[in-house]
Amino acid sequence: MAEQHTATDGKHKASPNAGGSVHGNSRPNAVGGGGKGGLSGGLAQPAGWQSLLSFTILFLAWLAGFSSRLFAVIRFESIIHEFDPWFNYRSTHHLTTNGFYEFLNWFDERSWYPLGRIVGGTVYPGLMVTAGLIHYVLNLLHLTVHIRDVCVFLAPVFSGLTSISTFLLTRELWNQGAGLLAACFIAIVPGYISRSVAGSFDNEGIAIFALQFTYYLWVKSIKTGSVFWSIGCCLSYFYMVSAWGGYVFIINLIPLHVFVLLLMQRYSRRVYIAYSTFYIVGLVLSMQIPFVGFQPIRTSEHMAAAGVFALLQAYALLQYLKDRLTKQEFQTLFFLGVSLAAGVVFLTVIYLTYTDVCLLYSSSYAKIHIPIIASVSEHQPTTWVSFFFDLHILVCTFPAGLWFCIKNVNDERVFVALYAISAVYFAGVMVRLMLTLTPVVCMLSAIAFSSVFEHYLGDDMKRENPPVEDSSDEDDKRSSGNLYDKAGKVRKHVSEQEKAEEGLGPNIKSIVTMLMLMLLMMFAVHCTWVTSNAYSSPSVVLASYNNDGTRNILDDFREAYYWLRQNTDEHARVMSWWDYGYQIAGMANRTTLVDNNTWNNSHIALVGKAMSSNESAAYEIMRSLDVDYVLIIFGGVIGYSGDDINKFLWMVRIAEGEHPKDIRESDYFTPQGEFRVDKAGSPVLLNCLMYKMSYYRFGEMQLDFRTPPGFDRTRNAEIGNKDIKFKHLEEAFTSEHWLVRIYKVKKLENREPLEHKLRSIVPRQKYTSKKVQGSKRPNM
Amino acid sequence: MSNSVISVISRFLEEYTTKTSNKLKVVDAYLFYILLTGALQFLYCLLVGTFPFNSFLAGFISCVGAFILGVCLRIQINPDNKGDFLTISQERAFADFLLAHTVLHLVVINFIG
Repeated sequence: MAEQHTATDGKHKASPNAGGSVHGNSRPNAVGGGGKGGLSGGLAQPAGWQSLLSFTILFLAWLAGFSSRLFAVIRFESIIHEFDPWFNYRSTHHLTTNGFYEFLNWFDERSWYPLGRIVGGTVYPGLMVTAGLIHYVLNLLHLTVHIRDVCVFLAPVFSGLTSISTFLLTRELWNQGAGLLAACFIAIVPGYISRSVAGSFDNEGIAIFALQFTYYLWVKSIKTGSVFWSIGCCLSYFYMVSAWGGYVFIINLIPLHVFVLLLMQRYSRRVYIAYSTFYIVGLVLSMQIPFVGFQPIRTSEHMAAAGVFALLQAYALLQYLKDRLTKQEFQTLFFLGVSLAAGVVFLTVIYLTYTDVCLLYSSSYAKIHIPIIASVSEHQPTTWVSFFFDLHILVCTFPAGLWFCIKNVNDERVFVALYAISAVYFAGVMVRLMLTLTPVVCMLSAIAFSSVFEHYLGDDMKRENPPVEDSSDEDDKRSSGNLYDKAGKVRKHVSEQEKAEEGLGPNIKSIVTMLMLMLLMMFAVHCTWVTSNAYSSPSVVLASYNNDGTRNILDDFREAYYWLRQNTDEHARVMSWWDYGYQIAGMANRTTLVDNNTWNNSHIALVGKAMSSNESAAYEIMRSLDVDYVLIIFGGVIGYSGDDINKFLWMVRIAEGEHPKDIRESDYFTPQGEFRVDKAGSPVLLNCLMYKMSYYRFGEMQLDFRTPPGFDRTRNAEIGNKDIKFKHLEEAFTSEHWLVRIYKVKKLENREPLEHKLRSIVPRQKYTSKKVQGSKRPNM
Repeated sequence: MSNSVISVISRFLEEYTTKTSNKLKVVDAYLFYILLTGALQFLYCLLVGTFPFNSFLAGFISCVGAFILGVCLRIQINPDNKGDFLTISQERAFADFLLAHTVLHLVVINFIG
């Protein structure tokens, strides 16, 4: 809490200082630039204090961001969370033990049995390489840190770097005060924290840093027109491509920005240099990542960039010719050029549609036709509640910042306006993409807050010295280049207004300032609360709190995975639903059949079919896949709602997609259309493998004297089929709270017992011939 | 119409040879050479096929990249454009050019396979 309060006070101090330093320099020495130049004044001038203050605020923002993400580590331990990070951790471990080239060419035969997975070509290596590099450097300096700790704490460290790049970007867009505010916002905002807590070792943790830094370098290269900044932007873009699949956002937003600049008649040679260099060097850099391969010149997502590149070349050529020729000559050439271009475009479109390169999917195509994509909870549309939950007051003030940017437009502010609009659209489509909205919301809210603070705080000094205002405006125009010209004009209007209403001035100003500060403090409190309660759960370890506040830790998952690790053969194969594949591979170190990568739908459908069929049919599938153990999650004893019976319908749907003749979803519902596990449930459901595995021996268990034995707490029903017997499976392990259940698949019997009744041998009636009976045997 | 196009082009060429400075003409000659190399590569690819596709791409993008960087250099050292590039001197433009080429060629060498 202390960090947050200091940060908000620091924000309060930054803006009047930024305003004050400009005036401070204008009065005694009219020479010299604004707050940033200040060479003639020496070290004791406001410029020195300003840099010290900025440095302190940024350092505190980094510290606040880092500490805010440590809740899970303090409450539990330093452990990798959730599902996807376990795969990233396993790959990083492979990288540090076997070297870089082994990692890049890794073929993993312990997942997706019997297919295997080409990890080198299907993964974004940036995260693993970053963690591996940090681990290597630290060990080189003899600071022996285990790779797990590097992985756990990587995301919080990079959140500080994200704050700094957001500061740089906002400073380029508006001014230093707004930059500091933006840095503080993004350090603690929940929308970003949700994907970058300590332990969440996932791509987004470093990708948002790469995104902001690339955008900063892009804005810098547009402003200066220097090839140096463009190459920097390309290298940062290369890092982003290696880190996350969301790089497509960059390669579409930047061409859109250039295109809109062309439409707004803001074309300049700087734009040409910046974009051409960025496109061509960025193109060849992005193709170095094996996973991306040749996609940048083949798929439709990258065609916009190529199109804008071609258009820009044509436009630049036309501008060059226009400067040299008279209007009439130019018109003849222009006509010829346009007809040529139209012909080329026409031929290209025909070629592309013929070779089927550009297939444009609507946003709902994937959701309707591919059940795996539809079943992921992160792909659901965003609700209004999540916008407020993740962004609090920033979502209310960000339209104001957008309005300021549009009102005082220049090349860079067009960029941030486009960024905001596209991010808002995408965030509305999928919950997961709230993450791309968060940085731009932080920046624009910071701009809004900064303008408000300048308006209501910076006027104190102006009112006392009205004659100075003219020179201060001139000074602004001369000093900080493009940034201050529009803001200076705003101040002029305000000061005239201020002269008119002298009495109300200070009261309104202090009320508004107090309100703003209160809003910011509530924001800080909300962010910390949300981080603590909603986003700090490792989901590998569950905790529940009793009435008196003591904590119950449910460590069933790790208990089961470690049982597997220690009690099964090294080459044993474990079948489970795809959610748990990465965790089994990471913690239990066993071969899995399907995992979270979900690259092979038919294989997943096969597993789904095995789970939904009856025991004999499932046994055939399991034999064909060489399965040794089956692992399921069952939440009926503690009321855990994320268990496999609740996910069961998705298994059925995915299986039905591939095997519609064997599995029908309607079979698993009652005739009235309900999904019930009690006696009224459908018989197909009550005899399927998943049901039997979940409720084996559960019928004998009575949790509570008020409920009958076999009462499922999650579904609130007494189970229908209590007397479950297995023919081909046997129970191997059930964890303490029955969360994880592992079954061993028995081999075929040596001798099949006969199904029919044994043939009974009736003793034959003794039949002796009458001839022999009465007469003597003749002597021979 | 073709008559007027030819006359336009000949007038443009005449003005070009007289008005542009020698420094810019050297850069333009270099750009023309790069253009020829790129066209040759593309022609070869059309004739022989794209089998080592990454090699073809590496070579072709190297030509396009060198052309673009040359154009950027020409824009930045042209004294007519000084107003656009206040912070960039001639030496700085050339140094940026060298840096960009270093990065471009490192990547191309890696990509050529």
